Formats: sequence, structure tokens, C-alpha cells
Amino acid sequence: MTNYDAIDFSPLLTLADDEVVTHSYVRDITLKSGRVLALITLDNDRDYKRPNTLGPKSLLELDEVLTALTARAKAGEIAAVGITGKQYILAAGADLSKVRDIPSADVARMMGQLGHRALGRLGTLGVPSFAFVNGLALGGGLEVALNATYRSVDTSAAALGLPETFLGLIPGWGGATILPRLIGLRRAITVAIENPLKNNRTLKPAEALKLGLVDAAFGPARFLEQSLAWADNLLEIKYKRRTFQDGAFTRKFWWPTIGKVARKTLESRIGTVPLAPYAALDTMVASRKGSIADGFAREDEVLAKLIVADQFQASMYAFNLVQKHAKSPSGAPDKKLARPVTKVGVVGAGLMARQFALLFARQLKVPVVLTDIDQARLDQAITYIRGELKTLESKGRLSADERNRISSLVSGTTDLNDFADADWVIEAVFEELEVKRDVFARVEAVVAPDAILATNTSSLSVAEIGAKLTHPKRLVGFHFFNPVAVMPLVEVVKAKKTDDVSLATAMAVAQRLRKTPVITKDSPGFVVNRLLAKLLGEAMHAVDEGTPFDVVNHALDPLGLPMSSFELLDLVGLKVGAHVLDTHHKAFPDRFFESANLHKLAEHGKLITRDAQGNMTGFDPVAVEICSGGTNPSTAEQLLARVQDGLADEIHRMLGESVVVSAEDIDLCMILGAGWPFQMGGATPYLDRVGASERVFGSTFHTPPIKGV
Amino acid sequence: MLKGNSVVFVDGVRTPFGKAGEKGAFWQTRADDLVVKALQGLLDRHPNLDQSLIEDVAIAAATQSGDQGIMLGRTAALLAGLPVTVPGYAIDRWCAGAMTAVTTIASAIATGANDLAIAGGVEHMGHHPIGAEFDPNPRFVSEKLVDPGALSMGETAERIHDRYPALTKERSDAYAVRCQEKVASAYADNKIQPDLIPVAYPSAQGWGQLDRDEHPRPGTSMEGLKDLKTPFRPHGRITAGNASPLTDGATVCLLASEDKAKQLGLPIKMRMVSFAFVGVEPEVMGLGPIPSTEKALSKAGLSIDEIGLFEINEAFAVQVIAFLEHFGIADDDDRVNMYGGAIALGHPLASSGVRLMIQLASQFEDRPDVRYGMTTMCIGLGQGGTVIWENPHWNGKA
Repeated sequence: MTNYDAIDFSPLLTLADDEVVTHSYVRDITLKSGRVLALITLDNDRDYKRPNTLGPKSLLELDEVLTALTARAKAGEIAAVGITGKQYILAAGADLSKVRDIPSADVARMMGQLGHRALGRLGTLGVPSFAFVNGLALGGGLEVALNATYRSVDTSAAALGLPETFLGLIPGWGGATILPRLIGLRRAITVAIENPLKNNRTLKPAEALKLGLVDAAFGPARFLEQSLAWADNLLEIKYKRRTFQDGAFTRKFWWPTIGKVARKTLESRIGTVPLAPYAALDTMVASRKGSIADGFAREDEVLAKLIVADQFQASMYAFNLVQKHAKSPSGAPDKKLARPVTKVGVVGAGLMARQFALLFARQLKVPVVLTDIDQARLDQAITYIRGELKTLESKGRLSADERNRISSLVSGTTDLNDFADADWVIEAVFEELEVKRDVFARVEAVVAPDAILATNTSSLSVAEIGAKLTHPKRLVGFHFFNPVAVMPLVEVVKAKKTDDVSLATAMAVAQRLRKTPVITKDSPGFVVNRLLAKLLGEAMHAVDEGTPFDVVNHALDPLGLPMSSFELLDLVGLKVGAHVLDTHHKAFPDRFFESANLHKLAEHGKLITRDAQGNMTGFDPVAVEICSGGTNPSTAEQLLARVQDGLADEIHRMLGESVVVSAEDIDLCMILGAGWPFQMGGATPYLDRVGASERVFGSTFHTPPIKGV
Repeated sequence: MLKGNSVVFVDGVRTPFGKAGEKGAFWQTRADDLVVKALQGLLDRHPNLDQSLIEDVAIAAATQSGDQGIMLGRTAALLAGLPVTVPGYAIDRWCAGAMTAVTTIASAIATGANDLAIAGGVEHMGHHPIGAEFDPNPRFVSEKLVDPGALSMGETAERIHDRYPALTKERSDAYAVRCQEKVASAYADNKIQPDLIPVAYPSAQGWGQLDRDEHPRPGTSMEGLKDLKTPFRPHGRITAGNASPLTDGATVCLLASEDKAKQLGLPIKMRMVSFAFVGVEPEVMGLGPIPSTEKALSKAGLSIDEIGLFEINEAFAVQVIAFLEHFGIADDDDRVNMYGGAIALGHPLASSGVRLMIQLASQFEDRPDVRYGMTTMCIGLGQGGTVIWENPHWNGKA
């Protein structure tokens, strides 16, 4: 057992000079029975926009308060301790603003130890403790509650969750130890590992109650009053909960198995690169053994390793990109320049056009007109959109009124004149310059001279597309990622002649669509496709040179990308993939490979084999045959290094060409447009830490590089 | 066809009354939230009541803006989680707001328009100081319709002293001292607490919970009151000691037709006999309860001697003793304000009427020898309101 009281936390405190301290205010509450409950309110004295966070000073203050209350409990002055937060917020977690400055694993370990010292006291007061979860409780915030004896939750609390593994940590202030004991291992895995990996899913109060994470739920109008009455009642009946949700037999015989199954599932979903989810899993499975204090000690050791690891540092960087950088896009013109969009025209009625129409109608709530020369295709598109809306309604995500409203906003026409009063027209027609040029020429003939025109091109030059326009300044690239409803990124392409009004409007539209826009220059592949083309081009070239498919497909495993190279190629489509490689080869013949074999594969139509569940099982023998004959195979290591160097080189060039403003923009694009993982920090932190940047251009993207100690 | 239902007071509760202003408990709590907490607390006491049977929610406030705006009865119903089918409205007769909510709802029940409804009131005098948003019509002054002093309640109370020199400051102070004593002993006897809904409130020192009124000053003495400032006039008679303090609080009650209450198995704490509102000169608004009581008695066919318990709002001590003097009742008659009144508890304007009823209902239960009781109060701009109630626990012996 660690004696937390004996630890000198001054190395941590030196990092906390400008901490926004969450205070622990205490007031005695006399309950109806006459018992006195000392109620702690966590409050950083800021409004709800700055949630409570727990840094070293905050923890020490809480620790002092709880120490004093322990003495008061011993003296018989108080019968219980309650802890709650300022309005709407318990706490949003540990204060991570300084973690990048942690100099060593020893200091990192203190982060865990100080949390355990303070929060742990909620379990050793000598009287029961009650956490009244009055609002947001994430990470360390939820762990405050977990360390208490009992918990109630406000039914309107925004979210409860343990997102640590999402950031490369584990719930290390008791979460990984207490949670599996409290709600059972299987459920704990869902809350602390599976949910964070599902795009950082959190729990609603009703779910938390159902899981047993909290013991009672009360409405917001009298949450605290009812919680206090409830606590009084539990004290009255001397309620005692059992230590473990899962029985001794389950723990002994099933927990190891549950752990193994969970590990397998994780491996198939996220590969083996991310450290944190597995560390969390191991710590949780181990919690069946020994005391809570033993569990705390295990958590301390895991945190000591993870906090100073590369992955956590990169994840924090990525988290800040998504949370902060994404909200103030680089190079964006004044928002006030944006023109209102009151009617949208969509050229085309294919799959992409349908997805656009649905998205624009749902989010902008303005009339959306699709146009196509083929009435039957239009009818199909409208039927599809209405069907999708119906599905959303049946899932409870749209009310009947809202569905009617949006349905009636979408219409189809073969007469382009119906676009006359549209102020935003986006095309989703065939990816061919002449086709797009022709479309915009016809659109320009009917729309107002200041209507904004947007192209969803992924590989053509926006300037070329607009070359014959009377008013080319109003054309902007607006590149979505598939599936449109899911992927958060839009590359907003600023062509040479694109003016600020059009650009500002595009940014505003993207934000109203709830997408994250990144402004890119009008250069081949913009950001995401250019880097994916680099990666796929290297992979395909290695095959062309005789490297076995399997070797190539696993060569990039150390990156921990969401899917292997050939699964990605399969998802993109072999034809599209071949086209993308061609385009980039044409633009940058000395750096991007084209692949004749890929065209043959596209012709053949099949590359990988899948089982009934859609999981990849291997390669199509004919495809393997088609690509055979190369005589210069690479090893996995050689290919990995080539891809790392290739990416570093390409990104370095892109920054030199001002495709985007900063490396941050590149990383944001890769995270939101290609699903590249937080633990890589997108791309550049990874390339810095593996030495690729140094090898290629003799420096790093970030100074100092974003990596562990 | 309109009916002639018997109207009963089923139950009533209130928030503890807090001191208005930055130092008061409810400074950071919204007025509408106070109503909602009281309303939920009331309904919690009747867990088997199907809330969709509630047919209206009338909530009063003297200032109907900000957190007391947006049609209080309806907002309170929605915020308290009542079914969306339950309607609601806001109502205003200044200090008699909640009383008027009760009589208006009672009228709807008497006619058969409703069988079960909520009435109550709120005043957050910290957020809505009296007169803060007044914009009196200049005709009041130019045509001398009302003396400018009529809008200052303290000045109207001074005028009662002027009019009746026998009502001295000493009598007012003595009344106030007894009020503090009665409140202290009512608290000691646990007479007040059962109908309070504790309210948790945020403050700069963290969350607290108010479970009793903030204002009472037990141990108040004549000596202590003697030299208090007279803020309305130099050498006047009205002081913070013999007037009701500025207060935040909310009250609600459940009213029903007697038949409905019996059918639903709801308690019957009081039965309404009659009510009346009557105007008086605005400059002496505190005299309002005299004519309104006479009228209510006349409507009920009762004499003042038949009233066994009085709950009279203590806006000012002088206004209460003026009332007592008129009816020949001693200043310290023990039928009057048994648990004490607004001088000690506070007077959150539009909510006080129901507080009087809550206290009368509690006394009825203890006093089966009493058949009739009265709640009465004065109202700014010169009015009085009186509701006469019958004790359902009356044992027929007195």
C-alpha cells in the first residue's frame, strides 16, 4: 500500500502556477432527521463555459477539506459528507493543460498519486460519502463520484463518462479499480474502453442509472433537495452496498475470460498499437485481486508510464486540434462577409447528390432543389431522401413535424430555371472537367450574379473548372468525405480567383452543416487525398515490384491506422483508386506512383476476400495472379520507412507550397477526413517521433517535437 | 349549466422565506424556480394524485417580468414537469396575488369549470424591488387622484398612525415583539416546518439548503426596537422592526371541489365560505382589510364574533392593530396570528396570501373547537382582501 500522505508533491505544484483552481467549498446541511451532512461544492468561480477541472492545487485543497472532515466525522460532528459541483457541472476531469510539461515518469506518477490521495479520502472518512452528480462528470470528475460511497445523478446531467482511453490514459484516479467492482467487469469495459473508442461516447444519466454507476436519479428542479433527502434515508436505514457487483465465482472464473474476449474484440477493431485501451483493460481485470488501495497502486504505475508516452502526448495534441483549432480555422476571412443561404441547388441526382440534398435540407432548413436531366433518377433521389428521413423519424431522431418540414423542403426538377433564386449551388456530377464546366456554364446562365457556386471535386483543379465562368470569383471547392453524413471534414478549396465573400460563405455553410472546414489551396488532391494517394501509391508500387500482398498490407500496422492499405483501397473502390493514383502521378510524376496493375485489378473487380461479417479474410487469388511478376520485393520495414519518409516529404512540401497554413491543419484533415488516430496526432507528431521528418528534411514539424519523455 | 360546488383547500406548502438582497439565500436562485420547487414539493405530498387531473395553475407575482415573467402559471407547470395538457396563467393583485389566485381558482371550481387546480404566488423582492419598474400615469399626480405617497407603502402606514393617534408606535412595537415571540414558539413546536419545502441554493460559498425562514429574530425586545431608524419620515413611527422585511419566497396550494377531493381521497384542510375584495383610499391602503372583512362576513352571514382564528398579513404592525381596534379585538388576542406573521417571517408580496392559508389550515387541525377562520390582507393602492374558511375538523361543540 502506498502512503500517499508521505509523498512530496512539490514537483507537480511547480507546474501548476497558473492553474484555474477548482475550490472545495463546504457548508453544513442539516438533514430532515437532524443529521448533519457536510456538503462540498466544487467550484472554480467561473461560469459554465469554463468547467471545473482538477489540477494539483485543486486536488490539494480537496484533500485538506476532506482531511478536516475526517476529523469532524471522528468527533461525531457530521454524519455524512456530500460532494457536488457548481451549476451544471461536477467536474470535466483532470486539468491536463500542463501535462506536456511533465518532466519524468516519477512526476507523472504523482498525477495519479495526488488524485488517489485526495479522492481516496471519500472512501475513508469514517462516515458515508455521497456524490451528487449534478451535471457534467467526465474522467476525473466521474472518478470523484466513483470514490464516494453512494451516488445520485441529475436526470439532466449533460454527460457521464471516462474518456481517458480516448486520450491515451486510463481512468487512473480509482476508475479502473472501482468501476469494475461497482458495476461488473463487462459493463465497466463498455463504459471505460468501448464507449471512448466509439468517437468518445458518453453516458446519459438514465444509462448510468441502469448500469448501476449511480444509485439514484432525480430531476433537475429539485435535484439537490431530493438527493439530500435520499442520503438522509440511506443513513436512516443504515444501507450498505456489497463491495462487488460480480460474485466471487464470476470474478474468479469469468473475469479472466471476459478480459480475453474483450482483448480480442479490441484487437480486431483498433489493432494493437494504441496502448491505453489495453492498459485499462488489464488494470480493470486485475482489480478483482486485493484491496482498492492495491488497485490505486496499480493505476499509479500505469499512469506513470502512459503520461510520459508518445501516444498520450500526441493524443492531447489531437484533442486540442479537434476541440480548439478546428473552431478557429486557419486563413478564414471575416465571418461577417458570409452571405445568407436561403435556397440550395444541387446538380445531379446520384448517391453523392442525394446525400448532399439530405444534409443541406436537414441542417440548413432551406429549400433544396436537385436537378438532373433524367426525371426517373430525380424521382428515385427524392424517394431515397424521404425514405432516409422516415428512417430518422423511426429512430426517434426527427419528430414527425420536423420530418414533414424537411421532406417538403426537398424537390427535384429537370428545369434548371428553378435554380434562379438559389444563392448556393453545389455540383455532384461526374468527375470530368468538361462535364463540370458545362454544368456551371448552364447554372451561371440562370442564377443571380452573386450566387455562390461550389464544386465537390476531389481531383480536378477548381480554377480549371471555373475558367470559363463569367464570375469565377464565386466558385469555391467544397470537398466532402464519404459517407457524407458521418465524416466531419470539408476541405474548402480557395482557388486563385475565389473571393473572400465566397470563401466566408463556404466556411459558414460548412459550419451550419456541422462539419469542420479546413481551407486548402487549389492543388492536386488538396490534403487528404494527396496523402492517401502517397500511401496507397507506395503500397501498390511495392506490390508491383513483387512484394507479397500480405507483407504490404501489414507493413503499416505500426501506425495503427483505422484500416489496412488494401482494405482502404477496397473501400475507396479500385477504379476510383486507380484514377486517384493517375491524377497524382500526372501532377507529381517524380513522387507519386501510378499502377498499371491497379487498372487491371479494377477491371477484374475484386481484390480482397471477406467473410460473412465483412471482415477481410485474404486476397482474391486472381488478383494476386494479376499482380505477380515483380522482381524487386521490399521488406515490411523498408516499405514502412518509405511511407513514413514519403508522408513527411509530402507534408513538408505541402507546407512549403502553402496548401494549408500549418502542420496542425494537415493533422486536423487526416483525423477528421481519413480517421487517422489520435495516438499519431494525425500525422506530423508521429512522423517527428519516428524520425522521418529528421531523415527527410533535417528538422521536425513541431518544436519541440510532440512526444513522450 | 354552472354548478355551485363546495370549494376546499386540499393542501398548501411554501418555500422557506429568504432575505431579499445579495446576502439572502436566494440571491442566485430564480423566482420561477422557487415556484417550481414548491409546486413539486406539494405534489410529492400526494404521490397517488394523477397530475393530468390538475385543470389549471394560477401563479401570482406583483412584478411580472424577468424571472417572474412569461406567464408564470404556465411556465411553472411546464418546468415542474406537469403534463403538457395542464394550462396555467399569471395573476396579479400585488400583495394579495396568491389570495386572488386562490379566489379566482375557487370561483372556477365553484362554477364547475374546474374540479382540481393549483394556486400560488411568488415574489423575489431581491430581483424585483418594489416599484423598480413603476411608470405611474402622470394623471395620478396632475389630477391629484392619488397622493404621491400612496406608492410608498411605508408612507401609507405612517398615515394610519396619523389618522388614529391612539395607535402609537409603542403599540406597533409591542405587536412586533409578540410576533417574533410567536414565530419562535411556533418553530419550537414544529408548527411551521411541516409545510416548508427545503430549497437548495447556490452561493459563493457553495450549495446550501434553506429549510427555515431567514428573517425571524427571536429575542427581539421593545428596547431593541425603540431606536430603530424611521426610514419613511424623520421622527416617524414605521421602522424595520414593526414592518415586514423584504423577502424572497413562493407558495402554492391545491384547491378542489369537495366532491372531487373526496372521490380522489385527498385531504380537506379547509372549506371556503366566502371572500371579498374592497377598495379604500390608496393613501391608507393598510385599512383595506376592514371593509373587505365586513363584506366577506356579510356574504357569509357571519359576525366577527363567530371567527375563531385570524390570519392577517402583517405588512405593518399598525395596519394590523388598526384592524383589531376597528373590530374591538385586543392587540394581543390569541386568536390572531397564532404562529406569528409577516413582521417576523417576511412578506414576499404576491405569495403571502397562501402562507396565511397554510397557517390557518394547520391551526384548524389543532383546534376542532373552532368552526370559522379568516385570512385577510391589505393591498397596495388601497384594497383589502378577505377569505373566510370553515374548519372541516370542527367538532360541532363550540
